Amino acid sequence: MKELMLGNQAVARGLYESGVRVVSSYPGTPSTEITEYISKYPDVYSEWAPNEKVACEVAFGAALGGARSFCGMKHVGLNVAADPVYTASYIGVNAGMVIGVADDPGMHSSQNEQDSRHHAIASKVPMLEPCDSAECKEYAMLAYEISEKYDTPVMLRLSTRISHSRSPVETGERVAAPEKPYVKNVGKNVMMPAMAKARHVFVEQRTAQLREYAETSGINRIIKGGKIGIIAAGTTFNYAYEALGDKASYLKLGMVNPLPVELIKQFAAGVERLIVCEELDDIIETHCLKHGIKCEGKALFSFCGEYSQSIIRKAVLDEENEYRTFPEQFPARPPVLCPGCPHRGLFYALKGLDVYVSGDIGCYTLAAQKPLDSLDSCLCMGGSVSGLHGFNTARGAEQAKRSVAVIGDSTFIHSGITGIIDIAYNKGLSTVIVLDNSITGMTGHQNNPANGFTIHGDPTVAVDLEALARAVGFSSVRVTDPYDVETTRKVIAEELQKEEPSLVIARRPCALLKTAVRKKPLVIKENCVGCRSCLKVGCPAISVENKRAVIDKNQCIGCGICAFACRVGAIGEDE
Amino acid sequence: MTYNILIAGVGGQGTLLASKLMGVVFMNKGYDLKVSEVHGMSQRGGSVVTYVRFGDKVASTVIEKGEADMVLSFELLESARWLPYLKKDGVLISNTQKINPMPVIAGQAQYPEDIAEKLRATGVRLHTVDALSLAEKAGSAKSVNVVLLGVAAKYLGMEREAWENAIRSTVPPKTVEINLAAFNAGYTL
Repeated sequence: MKELMLGNQAVARGLYESGVRVVSSYPGTPSTEITEYISKYPDVYSEWAPNEKVACEVAFGAALGGARSFCGMKHVGLNVAADPVYTASYIGVNAGMVIGVADDPGMHSSQNEQDSRHHAIASKVPMLEPCDSAECKEYAMLAYEISEKYDTPVMLRLSTRISHSRSPVETGERVAAPEKPYVKNVGKNVMMPAMAKARHVFVEQRTAQLREYAETSGINRIIKGGKIGIIAAGTTFNYAYEALGDKASYLKLGMVNPLPVELIKQFAAGVERLIVCEELDDIIETHCLKHGIKCEGKALFSFCGEYSQSIIRKAVLDEENEYRTFPEQFPARPPVLCPGCPHRGLFYALKGLDVYVSGDIGCYTLAAQKPLDSLDSCLCMGGSVSGLHGFNTARGAEQAKRSVAVIGDSTFIHSGITGIIDIAYNKGLSTVIVLDNSITGMTGHQNNPANGFTIHGDPTVAVDLEALARAVGFSSVRVTDPYDVETTRKVIAEELQKEEPSLVIARRPCALLKTAVRKKPLVIKENCVGCRSCLKVGCPAISVENKRAVIDKNQCIGCGICAFACRVGAIGEDE
Repeated sequence: MTYNILIAGVGGQGTLLASKLMGVVFMNKGYDLKVSEVHGMSQRGGSVVTYVRFGDKVASTVIEKGEADMVLSFELLESARWLPYLKKDGVLISNTQKINPMPVIAGQAQYPEDIAEKLRATGVRLHTVDALSLAEKAGSAKSVNVVLLGVAAKYLGMEREAWENAIRSTVPPKTVEINLAAFNAGYTL
């Protein structure tokens, strides 16, 4: 049957049809939907793990235990999972293991633009890269064959435009992958120096065999056309094909690690001009140059951002489209915290305290923008907590009374816990605020270990954040409701003054959750003086027109944070 | 030949459903197609865009400046933003609804005045629709997306049943009637 499928959905379909049995992932745009779709297949075990390292280890263990397994993550998640990946490469697999990693060129929803091919090369793991949803399914299935044949985990590299585009996919039936017996094999499965030395030799031999596969298997194929030769993979191949059509010939790469040599030489010999089109880093170009193959690449194209058919047409043919433009400047429309978002209350409370705010990854990173303007730094998952400890250590004990870390519940579970252990163990004084909105928000509402529900929505144990903090040595733990701005501000002010580390939990479910409390929209009363104080909370539902505040009743859920900000008591319930 | 539709709006307006319904119709008609969506951070009240491309064989997932046969815009300021993506002879269908972006709310910028008139002055083929009023009349302010889909469907020339079937098979059963009414409001305009 032919279905219109999101790339991520097609990956999930490919895993399913390959007989995958164990899937463990941490959500991360643009990879999240792979695991969400997999969770709908009842004959596959699936779970959200606390972070990508755990997810990868679960997948490794499942593969060792004889079940085809998968873990999915975004590009920066692969950094977290890198530790198990690099050594899983040595051990190899029993049943097949596939690692899905989705890059985000253009940073639609990411903090950097790193190229995950580097990890494939460095860990010596083969990497496939599909160019549409049909190939997403096909390559997911092929990945298991390669994994089991060559005794290696296999990476499936996606990108935003592949993961989040829909195109037709022919679906098939699920095959029952045989349950492989587990046989104890210390030489292969226990990596300590003596064994690892032998396995490294194996890995190098395997890479040579995989390169042979890249040369001859047909996964990398030549499409004959004009005298311009384009080497490309994935979404960049699509752009090049759209831009140049039959004016060019193509070496369309389906396997981006290891890369072929002879096939590229053969392709290069048949064209007059060889151009490598690759978003992000110059990996294929460097490979060509290393093997003495003359080509153009980053001399024509940027290391930054996404490519497109226009960019390629301009760079290769010097052709541009004509278009109309709007005759005047107009404002940007950046993403914002939603109306009723509990994070808004917390950040508005912090605004009154004039503190350094060590930020983290999640919806609340949006509070860095005006008018909230509430973050001083944001590094990586969990980085707010340990980063604050470093900042305060550098600047002395008084700084700890004027600084906080803010971290969401899911991010805290992901990698904030080790940070609070570091603070307590090393006698730090930092104040850490967990923004507990009972969900993994930014990636589209996934359950997590702190909210008491599994990936399927079934009730399970929830991490007791208060008890956890006490257990690691935080004796001062407070819970506050961020909608109550006044109390929240008071609680944080008190905790900042203490000569010990503090954990404040600002607890209120995400306003988009079905369980969130929605009150009637608030109204502006007669006594509004048009002072614009309410605009400082940065809510999309409130604006000023004709020198009076106006509340959009379609957006307002009555959280009352603007009413707290109002100086004259002009915002309240409709009487 | 490929036909390119760019759907622009504000995160939360339901551009994804409109593009998904288009995708279902074009696939059922036997076309090759690609529908490119935006998920994640940009969805939070930001400017969002979806590309729908259909034809005999579609390679790229994106639409670039000067390439769209149709821009279907859910908000007036977004029409100005995405105008450059339209082909010179393309059609711009624009909702007349205005949603203030944060720089306007925060007082750092002004929402431009008379956007529709200024758009028309560029010579663009412009079709404005008060989709919010039509959606409210159809029974839900949330169905602005399907009202606009109805307007677009008229230009795309495929028979009405194809669209109605796509709505029936795609939206939650509870909302089928409201969405059909919303589609009708746009289609019969």
